Amino acid sequence: MNERLRLGIFLVAGPVFLGLYSYAALNLPPWGQYRGPYGDLIAKLAVYERHATDTVNAINYDYRGFDTLGEEFILFTAVIGVTMLLRRQKDVPSSPAGKVADRPPLSESVRAVISPAILITTIFGFYIGLHGQLTPGGGFQAGVILATGSVLVYLAANTQAFKRITSHVAVEVIEAIGAASYAVIGIVPLLIGLPLLTNILPLGTTGDVLSAGTIALISACVGIEVTAAFLLVIYTYLEEIVTGEIPEE
Amino acid sequence: MTWCGAGILLLIAISGFAVVRTHDVTEQVIALGFYGLVTALMFFFFQAPDVALSQITVGAVALPLMIMLALSRMKFHKATRQKEGEHE
Amino acid sequence: MPYILHSLPYFVAAWLFFCGLYGLVTSRHLIHSVICLAILQSSTYVLLLAIGYRVGGAAPIFADIPPGTVTVDPVVQALMLTDVVVEAVVVALLLAMVVKAYEKSGCVSPSDLRTMRG
Repeated sequence: MNERLRLGIFLVAGPVFLGLYSYAALNLPPWGQYRGPYGDLIAKLAVYERHATDTVNAINYDYRGFDTLGEEFILFTAVIGVTMLLRRQKDVPSSPAGKVADRPPLSESVRAVISPAILITTIFGFYIGLHGQLTPGGGFQAGVILATGSVLVYLAANTQAFKRITSHVAVEVIEAIGAASYAVIGIVPLLIGLPLLTNILPLGTTGDVLSAGTIALISACVGIEVTAAFLLVIYTYLEEIVTGEIPEE
Repeated sequence: MTWCGAGILLLIAISGFAVVRTHDVTEQVIALGFYGLVTALMFFFFQAPDVALSQITVGAVALPLMIMLALSRMKFHKATRQKEGEHE
Repeated sequence: MPYILHSLPYFVAAWLFFCGLYGLVTSRHLIHSVICLAILQSSTYVLLLAIGYRVGGAAPIFADIPPGTVTVDPVVQALMLTDVVVEAVVVALLLAMVVKAYEKSGCVSPSDLRTMRG
């Protein structure tokens, strides 16, 4: 279908959808007057039932933990897809891994600023990941922070250092361990006789780092998996540029 | 609905339109980063700090990073193809 | 007039949806269409946030406020977290497909991809 047909269909269907949507939006309850019972119930009970002060993460990893399990496997599958699409086949001959454009490192002032920045980013990533059940944060945010912190290494040093962090087989194994341990934490209550993903660890005192049972553990596993997943994606995009081996068609 | 909230929502609408209407892809990535930050600001304003942290790390750091990596890979591929075409 | 102003978030969500869809329909570069898909997906954030808001409510984090204060809806925020993750993941996979299509066919515009076949 060519462009004019696409635009024509859009111009016809758009106003119809807009009309129906406006009718719906003007008949919703007025903005700012949320009256649903489920949210208020969880906000009242989450601190007492789970000893976790961050209600959103308690919902994500405990009350609706099964949905988050599916979301982690979405991430896992998509990373499999990316690496399968972009990875070089082993039997395609490639020009020798000669001249990587290992450009001279950036100026001294940039490197002087990036080195403490890498340190602070890593510490901050670990802090956010460990305090998932207390303050806003959790596993996923920590994983993305740590993974994008590795690109600072690519900026500060040459590509050799970046290759050393990311191209190892260990990154793939770590990602698989992260995804599998979430599933194992879910299956262990089944062996005892409780429903899937029940919170069976001791709950601890509210406000501690080691509180809220399996929420902290699941948050850490999710953080490990997300870090490794994003590192793999970044390395797969950069592989030809970093290693210098170009496949011949 | 305070004036501040209405102002942020209008800023989001204008930024979204600006991202769509930018035609050069490299400039569009920077506009996408700005749009991600403004959306995160809206999340903070409407009392959702967890989602705001997620949106800052994903929508303003990881998403433009991945798009720039894909763009650089495409340019690298084009440059090597041209070099091979000159050698033949 | 105040009634329309109270529905402003819903109409901003609709505006973002139509902007993204228009960009997707009339795009001339594959990566431009992927970015417009991201804009399309972020219109749902505005809609979900608008549904769960309560005027005068605090954030649902009880680290420094006593449990029992009036808060906004935390369930919708959990849904939005999943939404943000899915957006990042979908864009990563789509970009891999775009790079592969460019390497195989050499052209970067969606309407040119049709003619290069076989």
